[in-house]
Amino acid sequence: MSKFKKKAAVKQDIPTSSMPDVVFMLLFFFMVTTVLRETSINVKQHLPEATMLKKLARKSLVAYMYIGEPKKTDQWGKEPKIQVNDVFIEPKDVIQWVNSEKAKLNEFERDQLTVSMKVDSEVKRGIIADVETELRKANARLLLYSTQQRRVEN
Amino acid sequence: MPRPVPEIPNASMADIAFLLLVFFLVTTTVANDKGLSILLPPPPEALPPDMDIKIQERNLFKIQVNSFDNVLVEGEPFTGSPDELTEKIKKFILNYGADPSSSDNPEKAIVSYKTDRGTSHKKFIEILDAIQAAYYQIYAENAGVSVKKWLDLSSDLNDPENRKLYDLGRKKRPDGTIEIPMNLSIAEPTKVGG
Repeated sequence: MSKFKKKAAVKQDIPTSSMPDVVFMLLFFFMVTTVLRETSINVKQHLPEATMLKKLARKSLVAYMYIGEPKKTDQWGKEPKIQVNDVFIEPKDVIQWVNSEKAKLNEFERDQLTVSMKVDSEVKRGIIADVETELRKANARLLLYSTQQRRVEN
Repeated sequence: MPRPVPEIPNASMADIAFLLLVFFLVTTTVANDKGLSILLPPPPEALPPDMDIKIQERNLFKIQVNSFDNVLVEGEPFTGSPDELTEKIKKFILNYGADPSSSDNPEKAIVSYKTDRGTSHKKFIEILDAIQAAYYQIYAENAGVSVKKWLDLSSDLNDPENRKLYDLGRKKRPDGTIEIPMNLSIAEPTKVGG
């Protein structure tokens, strides 16, 4: 056994005194990058995939709209619903919603409002077209269909 | 007599930090703000009611999708991949009058896209993606950049360098007109589709 004793004498501890610093660094990174979601989404959101994705330039000029089958089907039925902020709306209410979103912006930026539509893959085109017609009437013509990046298979 | 130095136990600091770290790890959502951008046409009331624009048949590339997600391209059923459709559209745009049944020039060429109210959003996005891919590939090639670079630079046009490449890609003429505009017409969906 004396053979091994010499080897065991080497100190094998990992210094742990800097661990809190490392952890704090990670913590600050996540604290800074975290955006807490202010609305809970009540519709199914399985976004379609596409390749030609564009990024939104300025987040402050974006209004979000979610369309999909409600998660609580026993309460709201199976038909796709339009959700903005925390409520379900009908296509006819879209103009009012756009105007309230525009009111939040500075006057000179109001025509740059982009509507980001997060539409579930399974939703039919009909309801989306109704919303688009209302958006045209409300003069909010910049539209972004939110999608996932499709993996390029090689 | 030296006064005792008050000390805060710091052995548990790492544990507390870990706890906070895990909380933020769990609540972090990576913002997904990417997608296909389009510009809707002006409201129907703003257009003159009796506007009747004559478009020659050869300058129109028709894509129709019915409620069963079946695709009709130029009147014929299409079952190929989106990439094949992209190639077809590129050929149509850059015809320059070579094929008498295809477009005169990119300025006159219009891609018409019509769906049904029953078409799924997934299919709609797939075809829209293929149409936009055709234009973006042409633009990127003219500007001499990759398609990905083109998409990045076109979302930030305040940068003069980006603006220059953007105009180069779309072949902006000195008089301000654009040689290859994206003429994409998304028609109102039909009511009943078969």
